[in-house]
Amino acid sequence: MNWNRKHLLDIQSLTPEEITVVLDTAKAFKAVGERVIKKVPALRGKTVINLFIEPSTRTRISFELAALRLTADVINFTAEASSLKKGETLKDTARNLEALNADIIIIRHSATGAPHFLSRFLNASVINAGDGAHEHPTQALLDTFTIREKKGKVAGLNVTILGDVLYSRVARSNIWALTKLGARVTLCGPSTLVPRVFEQMGCRVTYNVEEAIADADIINLLRIQHERQRKTMFPSIGEYSTLFGLSKARLAKTKPDVLIMHPGPINRGVEIDSEIADCGRSVILEQVTNGLAVRMAVLFLVNGGKGPQEIAE
Amino acid sequence: MPQSILIADATAMHRALTRIAHEIAERNEDSSQVALVGVQRGGVYLAQRLSLLLAAIWDHSVPVGSLDVGMHRDDLDNQLAPKIHPTVIPFDITGKTVVLVDDVLYSGRTTRAALDALNDFGRARRIQLAILIDRGHRELPIKADFVGKNVPTSLNEKINVRLKESDGEDVVCLEKK
Repeated sequence: MNWNRKHLLDIQSLTPEEITVVLDTAKAFKAVGERVIKKVPALRGKTVINLFIEPSTRTRISFELAALRLTADVINFTAEASSLKKGETLKDTARNLEALNADIIIIRHSATGAPHFLSRFLNASVINAGDGAHEHPTQALLDTFTIREKKGKVAGLNVTILGDVLYSRVARSNIWALTKLGARVTLCGPSTLVPRVFEQMGCRVTYNVEEAIADADIINLLRIQHERQRKTMFPSIGEYSTLFGLSKARLAKTKPDVLIMHPGPINRGVEIDSEIADCGRSVILEQVTNGLAVRMAVLFLVNGGKGPQEIAE
Repeated sequence: MPQSILIADATAMHRALTRIAHEIAERNEDSSQVALVGVQRGGVYLAQRLSLLLAAIWDHSVPVGSLDVGMHRDDLDNQLAPKIHPTVIPFDITGKTVVLVDDVLYSGRTTRAALDALNDFGRARRIQLAILIDRGHRELPIKADFVGKNVPTSLNEKINVRLKESDGEDVVCLEKK
Protein backbone atom coordinates (compact mmCIF):
# COMPACT_ATOMS: atom_id res chain seq x y z
CA MET A 1 0.00 0.00 0.00
CA ASN A 2 1.00 3.66 -0.40
CA TRP A 3 1.01 6.53 2.06
CA ASN A 4 -1.54 9.14 0.97
CA ARG A 5 -1.65 11.54 3.89
CA LYS A 6 -0.58 15.11 3.52
CA HIS A 7 0.01 15.55 7.26
CA LEU A 8 1.30 13.52 10.18
CA LEU A 9 -0.80 14.78 13.09
CA ASP A 10 -1.06 11.79 15.41
CA ILE A 11 -0.69 8.03 15.65
CA GLN A 12 -4.26 7.48 16.79
CA SER A 13 -5.70 7.98 13.30
CA LEU A 14 -3.11 5.81 11.49
CA THR A 15 -3.77 2.24 10.42
CA PRO A 16 -1.28 -0.52 11.27
CA GLU A 17 -0.44 -0.67 7.53
CA GLU A 18 0.38 3.04 7.44
CA ILE A 19 2.66 2.68 10.45
CA THR A 20 4.40 -0.21 8.68
CA VAL A 21 4.91 1.90 5.53
CA VAL A 22 6.70 4.53 7.63
CA LEU A 23 8.89 1.90 9.31
CA ASP A 24 9.78 0.24 5.98
CA THR A 25 10.60 3.59 4.39
CA ALA A 26 12.68 4.59 7.42
CA LYS A 27 14.76 1.44 6.99
CA ALA A 28 15.84 2.63 3.54
CA PHE A 29 16.63 6.11 4.86
CA LYS A 30 18.67 4.68 7.72
CA ALA A 31 20.93 3.11 5.10
CA VAL A 32 21.41 6.55 3.50
CA GLY A 33 22.79 7.82 6.82
CA GLU A 34 25.42 5.08 6.81
CA ARG A 35 26.89 6.10 3.46
CA VAL A 36 29.86 8.37 2.86
CA ILE A 37 27.48 10.81 1.14
CA LYS A 38 24.53 10.99 3.50
CA LYS A 39 22.28 13.10 1.34
CA VAL A 40 19.63 12.42 -1.31
CA PRO A 41 17.80 14.95 -3.51
CA ALA A 42 14.25 13.79 -2.68
CA LEU A 43 13.12 17.18 -1.27
CA ARG A 44 15.29 19.39 -3.45
CA GLY A 45 13.93 22.92 -3.60
CA LYS A 46 11.39 22.36 -0.81
CA THR A 47 11.17 24.66 2.18
CA VAL A 48 10.73 23.10 5.60
CA ILE A 49 9.95 25.25 8.63
CA ASN A 50 10.60 24.13 12.17
CA LEU A 51 7.94 26.02 14.13
CA PHE A 52 8.91 25.26 17.71
CA ILE A 53 6.70 27.22 20.06
CA GLU A 54 7.86 25.04 22.94
CA PRO A 55 11.58 24.59 23.59
CA SER A 56 13.22 21.49 22.18
CA THR A 57 16.74 20.68 21.18
CA ARG A 58 16.92 17.04 20.15
CA THR A 59 13.68 16.83 18.19
CA ARG A 60 14.35 20.12 16.41
CA ILE A 61 17.89 19.14 15.50
CA SER A 62 16.72 15.72 14.37
CA PHE A 63 14.05 17.22 12.09
CA GLU A 64 16.47 19.85 10.84
CA LEU A 65 19.13 17.31 9.94
CA ALA A 66 16.51 15.02 8.39
CA ALA A 67 15.31 17.83 6.12
CA LEU A 68 18.89 18.81 5.21
CA ARG A 69 19.73 15.22 4.29
CA LEU A 70 16.77 15.28 1.92
CA THR A 71 18.21 18.47 0.35
CA ALA A 72 15.38 20.70 1.61
CA ASP A 73 15.96 24.24 2.86
CA VAL A 74 15.20 24.61 6.57
CA ILE A 75 14.23 27.61 8.66
CA ASN A 76 14.14 27.34 12.44
CA PHE A 77 11.54 29.39 14.23
CA THR A 78 11.49 29.49 18.00
CA ALA A 79 9.02 31.17 20.30
CA GLU A 80 11.63 33.20 22.15
CA ALA A 81 12.71 35.02 19.02
CA SER A 82 9.34 35.48 17.37
CA SER A 83 6.40 37.80 17.01
CA LEU A 84 4.40 35.48 19.24
CA LYS A 85 6.08 37.40 22.02
CA LYS A 86 4.63 40.55 20.46
CA GLY A 87 1.10 39.20 20.57
CA GLU A 88 0.73 37.54 17.16
CA THR A 89 -1.63 34.56 17.11
CA LEU A 90 -0.48 31.09 16.09
CA LYS A 91 -2.76 31.25 13.07
CA ASP A 92 -1.22 34.52 11.86
CA THR A 93 2.30 33.22 12.47
CA ALA A 94 1.56 30.10 10.45
CA ARG A 95 -0.07 32.10 7.64
CA ASN A 96 2.99 34.34 7.47
CA LEU A 97 5.22 31.31 7.17
CA GLU A 98 3.05 29.95 4.42
CA ALA A 99 3.24 33.29 2.60
CA LEU A 100 6.95 32.47 2.30
CA ASN A 101 5.87 29.36 0.35
CA ALA A 102 6.77 26.85 3.01
CA ASP A 103 6.04 23.29 1.86
CA ILE A 104 6.21 21.50 5.19
CA ILE A 105 5.67 23.00 8.65
CA ILE A 106 6.86 21.01 11.65
CA ILE A 107 5.19 22.25 14.78
CA ARG A 108 5.79 21.74 18.46
CA HIS A 109 3.34 23.47 20.76
CA SER A 110 2.27 23.24 24.38
CA ALA A 111 -1.40 23.11 23.36
CA THR A 112 -3.04 19.84 22.43
CA GLY A 113 -4.38 19.92 18.88
CA ALA A 114 -2.24 22.84 17.64
CA PRO A 115 -0.99 20.83 14.60
CA HIS A 116 -4.54 19.72 13.77
CA PHE A 117 -5.65 23.34 13.95
CA LEU A 118 -2.95 24.44 11.50
CA SER A 119 -3.72 21.59 9.12
CA ARG A 120 -7.26 22.88 8.66
CA PHE A 121 -6.27 26.11 6.93
CA LEU A 122 -2.71 25.65 5.65
CA ASN A 123 -1.81 24.38 2.21
CA ALA A 124 1.53 23.19 3.54
CA SER A 125 1.97 19.75 5.07
CA VAL A 126 1.91 19.79 8.86
CA ILE A 127 3.96 17.43 11.02
CA ASN A 128 3.30 17.17 14.73
CA ALA A 129 6.56 17.31 16.70
CA GLY A 130 4.73 17.17 20.02
CA ASP A 131 1.51 18.90 21.11
CA GLY A 132 1.14 19.32 24.86
CA ALA A 133 0.62 16.00 26.61
CA HIS A 134 -1.32 14.68 23.59
CA GLU A 135 0.95 13.06 21.00
CA HIS A 136 4.51 12.93 19.71
CA PRO A 137 4.08 10.71 16.65
CA THR A 138 7.64 10.62 15.34
CA GLN A 139 8.94 9.56 18.77
CA ALA A 140 6.51 6.62 18.80
CA LEU A 141 7.50 5.72 15.24
CA LEU A 142 11.20 5.75 16.08
CA ASP A 143 10.60 3.72 19.24
CA THR A 144 8.59 1.17 17.27
CA PHE A 145 11.26 1.16 14.55
CA THR A 146 13.96 0.46 17.16
CA ILE A 147 11.92 -2.36 18.69
CA ARG A 148 11.23 -3.93 15.31
CA GLU A 149 14.87 -3.62 14.28
CA LYS A 150 16.17 -5.20 17.51
CA LYS A 151 13.50 -7.84 18.06
CA GLY A 152 12.52 -8.53 14.46
CA LYS A 153 8.84 -7.93 15.24
CA VAL A 154 6.48 -5.91 17.38
CA ALA A 155 3.42 -8.15 17.65
CA GLY A 156 3.29 -10.27 20.78
CA LEU A 157 6.02 -8.39 22.65
CA ASN A 158 5.56 -7.09 26.19
CA VAL A 159 6.40 -3.41 26.40
CA THR A 160 6.48 -1.71 29.78
CA ILE A 161 6.29 2.07 29.94
CA LEU A 162 7.60 3.23 33.29
CA GLY A 163 7.32 6.72 34.72
CA ASP A 164 5.33 9.87 34.13
CA VAL A 165 2.62 8.63 31.79
CA LEU A 166 -0.02 11.24 32.62
CA TYR A 167 1.94 14.19 31.25
CA SER A 168 3.67 12.24 28.52
CA ARG A 169 2.78 12.61 24.86
CA VAL A 170 5.48 10.02 24.18
CA ALA A 171 3.52 7.50 26.24
CA ARG A 172 0.24 8.20 24.45
CA SER A 173 1.72 7.95 20.98
CA ASN A 174 3.63 4.83 21.94
CA ILE A 175 0.52 3.17 23.36
CA TRP A 176 -1.34 3.81 20.10
CA ALA A 177 1.48 2.60 17.88
CA LEU A 178 2.33 -0.49 19.93
CA THR A 179 -1.22 -1.68 20.45
CA LYS A 180 -2.04 -1.16 16.77
CA LEU A 181 0.91 -3.39 15.88
CA GLY A 182 -0.13 -6.06 18.37
CA ALA A 183 2.22 -5.52 21.32
CA ARG A 184 1.01 -5.79 24.93
CA VAL A 185 1.59 -2.55 26.83
CA THR A 186 2.00 -2.29 30.60
CA LEU A 187 2.09 1.07 32.33
CA CYS A 188 3.71 1.61 35.71
CA GLY A 189 4.59 4.57 37.92
CA PRO A 190 3.17 6.53 40.84
CA SER A 191 -0.63 6.26 40.87
CA THR A 192 -0.87 10.03 40.55
CA LEU A 193 1.00 9.83 37.23
CA VAL A 194 -0.49 6.58 35.90
CA PRO A 195 -4.25 6.79 36.35
CA ARG A 196 -6.33 3.67 35.73
CA VAL A 197 -8.15 5.47 32.93
CA PHE A 198 -5.30 4.36 30.63
CA GLU A 199 -6.74 0.84 30.78
CA GLN A 200 -9.32 2.14 28.32
CA MET A 201 -6.53 2.46 25.73
CA GLY A 202 -5.95 -1.29 26.02
CA CYS A 203 -3.07 -1.19 28.51
CA ARG A 204 -2.38 -3.02 31.73
CA VAL A 205 -1.81 -0.63 34.64
CA THR A 206 0.17 -1.72 37.68
CA TYR A 207 1.88 0.10 40.54
CA ASN A 208 4.27 -2.73 41.32
CA VAL A 209 7.53 -2.20 39.41
CA GLU A 210 8.82 -5.75 39.88
CA GLU A 211 5.61 -7.10 38.40
CA ALA A 212 5.67 -4.57 35.56
CA ILE A 213 9.18 -5.43 34.40
CA ALA A 214 9.37 -9.19 35.10
CA ASP A 215 8.02 -10.29 31.69
CA ALA A 216 8.98 -7.20 29.74
CA ASP A 217 10.78 -7.52 26.40
CA ILE A 218 11.18 -3.74 26.34
CA ILE A 219 11.27 -1.23 29.19
CA ASN A 220 10.64 2.31 28.00
CA LEU A 221 11.56 4.80 30.72
CA LEU A 222 10.00 8.22 30.79
CA ARG A 223 11.39 11.33 32.35
CA ILE A 224 9.44 13.17 35.05
CA GLN A 225 8.06 16.18 33.20
CA HIS A 226 8.53 18.79 35.91
CA GLU A 227 7.67 21.54 33.45
CA ARG A 228 4.21 20.11 32.82
CA GLN A 229 3.18 19.29 36.38
CA ARG A 230 0.99 21.82 38.08
CA LYS A 231 1.86 20.58 41.54
CA THR A 232 4.04 17.89 43.00
CA MET A 233 2.61 14.51 42.09
CA PHE A 234 4.90 12.52 44.40
CA PRO A 235 6.74 13.42 47.62
CA SER A 236 10.34 13.61 46.39
CA ILE A 237 12.71 12.71 43.58
CA GLY A 238 14.54 10.45 46.03
CA GLU A 239 11.39 8.53 46.81
CA TYR A 240 10.49 8.24 43.12
CA SER A 241 13.95 6.91 42.37
CA THR A 242 13.72 4.35 45.16
CA LEU A 243 10.23 3.16 44.27
CA PHE A 244 10.25 3.37 40.47
CA GLY A 245 13.79 4.01 39.23
CA LEU A 246 15.45 1.28 37.17
CA SER A 247 18.24 0.11 39.46
CA LYS A 248 20.76 -2.67 38.88
CA ALA A 249 18.94 -4.83 41.43
CA ARG A 250 15.68 -4.42 39.51
CA LEU A 251 17.36 -5.00 36.15
CA ALA A 252 18.74 -8.30 37.46
CA LYS A 253 15.19 -9.60 37.74
CA THR A 254 14.22 -8.90 34.13
CA LYS A 255 14.52 -11.01 30.99
CA PRO A 256 18.18 -11.30 29.93
CA ASP A 257 17.43 -9.85 26.48
CA VAL A 258 15.29 -6.92 27.66
CA LEU A 259 15.80 -3.65 25.78
CA ILE A 260 16.10 -0.44 27.77
CA MET A 261 14.70 2.57 25.95
CA HIS A 262 14.37 6.24 26.87
CA PRO A 263 13.20 9.14 24.68
CA GLY A 264 15.70 11.48 26.38
CA PRO A 265 16.84 13.65 27.93
CA ILE A 266 17.72 11.16 30.64
CA ASN A 267 18.02 12.11 34.30
CA ARG A 268 20.80 9.83 35.52
CA GLY A 269 20.13 8.53 39.00
CA VAL A 270 16.41 9.42 38.89
CA GLU A 271 14.47 7.18 36.49
CA ILE A 272 17.53 5.22 35.41
CA ASP A 273 20.72 4.12 37.13
CA SER A 274 23.68 5.76 35.43
CA GLU A 275 25.42 2.47 34.60
CA ILE A 276 22.27 0.99 33.09
CA ALA A 277 21.99 3.95 30.71
CA ASP A 278 25.38 2.98 29.27
CA CYS A 279 25.02 -0.82 29.39
CA GLY A 280 24.67 -3.18 26.43
CA ARG A 281 20.93 -3.53 26.82
CA SER A 282 20.37 0.20 26.51
CA VAL A 283 19.46 1.34 22.99
CA ILE A 284 19.03 4.99 23.94
CA LEU A 285 21.59 6.30 21.46
CA GLU A 286 20.34 4.02 18.68
CA GLN A 287 16.94 5.62 19.21
CA VAL A 288 18.54 8.96 18.31
CA THR A 289 20.05 7.51 15.10
CA ASN A 290 16.75 5.88 14.20
CA GLY A 291 14.87 9.12 14.94
CA LEU A 292 16.72 10.76 12.10
CA ALA A 293 15.81 7.96 9.68
CA VAL A 294 12.17 7.97 10.75
CA ARG A 295 11.91 11.75 10.35
CA MET A 296 13.46 11.55 6.88
CA ALA A 297 10.85 8.94 6.01
CA VAL A 298 7.99 11.07 7.36
CA LEU A 299 9.15 14.17 5.46
CA PHE A 300 9.51 12.09 2.29
CA LEU A 301 6.06 10.52 2.70
CA VAL A 302 4.04 13.63 3.56
CA ASN A 303 5.67 15.45 0.65
CA GLY A 304 4.20 12.79 -1.65
CA GLY A 305 0.91 12.68 0.22
CA LYS A 306 -0.44 15.65 -1.67
CA GLY A 307 -0.47 13.90 -5.03
CA PRO A 308 -3.58 12.58 -6.69
CA GLN A 309 -2.15 9.48 -8.29
CA GLU A 310 0.09 6.59 -7.61
CA ILE A 311 3.57 6.80 -9.01
CA ALA A 312 4.16 4.72 -12.15
CA GLU A 313 6.49 1.75 -11.75
CA MET B 1 -10.47 -5.85 -22.93
CA PRO B 2 -6.71 -5.78 -22.22
CA GLN B 3 -4.86 -7.84 -24.80
CA SER B 4 -1.64 -9.64 -23.99
CA ILE B 5 1.00 -10.62 -26.58
CA LEU B 6 3.85 -12.94 -25.61
CA ILE B 7 7.22 -11.27 -26.20
CA ALA B 8 9.52 -13.81 -24.57
CA ASP B 9 9.09 -17.05 -22.67
CA ALA B 10 11.50 -18.56 -20.14
CA THR B 11 13.78 -20.08 -22.81
CA ALA B 12 13.97 -16.86 -24.82
CA MET B 13 14.66 -14.89 -21.66
CA HIS B 14 17.47 -17.21 -20.63
CA ARG B 15 18.98 -17.06 -24.13
CA ALA B 16 18.88 -13.25 -24.10
CA LEU B 17 20.56 -13.10 -20.70
CA THR B 18 23.23 -15.60 -21.76
CA ARG B 19 23.98 -13.48 -24.81
CA ILE B 20 24.14 -10.30 -22.71
CA ALA B 21 26.56 -12.04 -20.33
CA HIS B 22 28.83 -12.95 -23.25
CA GLU B 23 28.64 -9.43 -24.61
CA ILE B 24 29.59 -8.01 -21.20
CA ALA B 25 32.51 -10.46 -21.09
CA GLU B 26 33.59 -9.50 -24.59
CA ARG B 27 33.44 -5.77 -23.87
CA ASN B 28 35.28 -5.93 -20.55
CA GLU B 29 38.69 -7.57 -20.77
CA ASP B 30 39.61 -6.93 -17.15
CA SER B 31 36.93 -9.11 -15.58
CA SER B 32 38.20 -8.47 -12.03
CA GLN B 33 37.01 -4.86 -12.23
CA VAL B 34 33.43 -5.58 -13.30
CA ALA B 35 30.51 -5.30 -10.83
CA LEU B 36 26.78 -5.53 -11.44
CA VAL B 37 24.12 -3.29 -9.92
CA GLY B 38 20.46 -4.13 -10.42
CA VAL B 39 17.79 -1.45 -10.29
CA GLN B 40 14.97 -2.33 -7.85
CA ARG B 41 13.00 -4.41 -8.32
CA GLY B 42 13.18 -6.47 -11.52
CA GLY B 43 16.73 -5.41 -12.32
CA VAL B 44 18.03 -6.90 -9.08
CA TYR B 45 17.00 -10.45 -10.03
CA LEU B 46 18.37 -10.03 -13.54
CA ALA B 47 21.68 -8.73 -12.13
CA GLN B 48 21.92 -11.78 -9.88
CA ARG B 49 21.35 -14.09 -12.86
CA LEU B 50 23.91 -12.24 -14.98
CA SER B 51 26.37 -12.49 -12.10
CA LEU B 52 26.04 -16.30 -12.12
CA LEU B 53 26.32 -16.47 -15.92
CA LEU B 54 29.42 -14.26 -15.88
CA ALA B 55 30.96 -16.27 -13.04
CA ALA B 56 30.70 -19.35 -15.28
CA ILE B 57 32.38 -17.52 -18.17
CA TRP B 58 35.15 -15.88 -16.13
CA ASP B 59 35.63 -18.59 -13.55
CA HIS B 60 35.42 -16.18 -10.62
CA SER B 61 32.55 -14.58 -8.76
CA VAL B 62 31.20 -11.22 -9.89
CA PRO B 63 29.96 -8.80 -7.19
CA VAL B 64 26.33 -7.76 -7.41
CA GLY B 65 24.41 -4.99 -5.66
CA SER B 66 20.91 -3.55 -5.66
CA LEU B 67 19.89 0.07 -6.12
CA ASP B 68 16.62 1.81 -5.38
CA VAL B 69 16.18 5.06 -7.30
CA GLY B 70 13.06 6.27 -5.46
CA MET B 71 14.86 9.07 -3.62
CA HIS B 72 16.43 10.35 -6.85
CA ARG B 73 13.38 10.44 -9.12
CA ASP B 74 12.49 13.66 -10.93
CA ASP B 75 8.73 13.16 -10.57
CA LEU B 76 8.38 13.05 -6.78
CA ASP B 77 6.28 16.21 -6.80
CA ASN B 78 2.53 15.81 -6.82
CA GLN B 79 2.79 12.05 -6.69
CA LEU B 80 2.37 9.62 -3.86
CA ALA B 81 5.74 8.67 -2.45
CA PRO B 82 7.05 5.50 -4.10
CA LYS B 83 7.80 2.40 -2.08
CA ILE B 84 11.50 2.35 -1.27
CA HIS B 85 13.30 -0.97 -1.52
CA PRO B 86 16.73 -1.67 -0.03
CA THR B 87 19.85 -0.30 -1.66
CA VAL B 88 22.73 -2.66 -0.94
CA ILE B 89 26.05 -2.13 -2.68
CA PRO B 90 28.49 -4.35 -0.79
CA PHE B 91 31.60 -3.21 -2.66
CA ASP B 92 33.41 0.03 -3.43
CA ILE B 93 32.43 1.13 -6.94
CA THR B 94 35.35 3.58 -7.23
CA GLY B 95 37.49 2.55 -10.18
CA LYS B 96 35.14 -0.30 -11.14
CA THR B 97 33.21 -0.89 -14.33
CA VAL B 98 29.63 -0.96 -13.11
CA VAL B 99 27.04 -2.64 -15.29
CA LEU B 100 23.67 -1.20 -14.38
CA VAL B 101 20.92 -3.77 -14.97
CA ASP B 102 17.20 -3.09 -15.41
CA ASP B 103 14.30 -5.01 -16.88
CA VAL B 104 12.72 -2.37 -19.14
CA LEU B 105 14.19 0.77 -20.69
CA TYR B 106 11.47 3.30 -21.54
CA SER B 107 11.75 7.08 -20.93
CA GLY B 108 15.28 6.74 -19.55
CA ARG B 109 14.34 8.65 -16.39
CA THR B 110 14.87 5.68 -14.10
CA THR B 111 18.35 5.23 -15.58
CA ARG B 112 19.06 8.94 -15.07
CA ALA B 113 18.02 8.60 -11.43
CA ALA B 114 20.14 5.46 -11.09
CA LEU B 115 23.21 7.25 -12.46
CA ASP B 116 22.69 10.01 -9.87
CA ALA B 117 22.13 7.55 -7.06
CA LEU B 118 25.23 5.58 -8.02
CA ASN B 119 27.30 8.76 -7.90
CA ASP B 120 26.78 8.93 -4.13
CA PHE B 121 28.61 5.64 -3.70
CA GLY B 122 31.81 6.66 -5.43
CA ARG B 123 33.29 7.37 -8.83
CA ALA B 124 33.00 4.37 -11.09
CA ARG B 125 35.62 4.00 -13.83
CA ARG B 126 32.77 3.57 -16.28
CA ILE B 127 29.09 2.67 -16.18
CA GLN B 128 27.42 0.44 -18.77
CA LEU B 129 23.72 -0.29 -19.12
CA ALA B 130 22.20 -3.75 -19.63
CA ILE B 131 18.48 -3.98 -20.35
CA LEU B 132 16.22 -6.97 -20.93
CA ILE B 133 13.60 -5.10 -22.99
CA ASP B 134 14.09 -1.77 -24.76
CA ARG B 135 10.64 -0.45 -25.63
CA GLY B 136 11.67 2.94 -27.05
CA HIS B 137 10.12 6.38 -26.34
CA ARG B 138 13.22 7.88 -24.75
CA GLU B 139 12.81 11.27 -23.12
CA LEU B 140 16.49 11.65 -22.25
CA PRO B 141 19.71 11.01 -24.19
CA ILE B 142 20.27 7.54 -22.77
CA LYS B 143 21.18 4.39 -24.68
CA ALA B 144 21.67 0.84 -23.50
CA ASP B 145 24.99 -0.95 -24.09
CA PHE B 146 23.47 -4.43 -23.92
CA VAL B 147 19.88 -5.16 -24.96
CA GLY B 148 18.02 -8.46 -24.63
CA LYS B 149 15.30 -7.53 -27.07
CA ASN B 150 14.09 -4.39 -28.81
CA VAL B 151 10.30 -4.17 -28.72
CA PRO B 152 8.67 -1.30 -30.61
CA THR B 153 5.65 -0.18 -28.60
CA SER B 154 3.03 2.50 -28.63
CA LEU B 155 2.46 4.73 -25.62
CA ASN B 156 -0.76 3.03 -24.63
CA GLU B 157 0.95 -0.33 -24.32
CA LYS B 158 2.69 -1.75 -21.30
CA ILE B 159 5.58 -4.20 -21.03
CA ASN B 160 5.00 -6.70 -18.25
CA VAL B 161 8.13 -8.54 -17.17
CA ARG B 162 7.39 -11.40 -14.79
CA LEU B 163 10.34 -13.12 -13.12
CA LYS B 164 10.58 -16.45 -11.35
CA GLU B 165 12.03 -14.86 -8.20
CA SER B 166 9.11 -12.47 -7.67
CA ASP B 167 6.23 -13.75 -9.79
CA GLY B 168 6.85 -17.48 -10.04
CA GLU B 169 7.44 -17.53 -13.82
CA ASP B 170 9.75 -16.10 -16.47
CA VAL B 171 7.71 -14.35 -19.13
CA VAL B 172 7.54 -11.00 -20.93
CA CYS B 173 4.24 -9.77 -22.34
CA LEU B 174 3.10 -6.72 -24.24
CA GLU B 175 -0.22 -5.56 -22.87
CA LYS B 176 -2.63 -3.14 -24.49
CA LYS B 177 -4.48 -0.95 -22.01
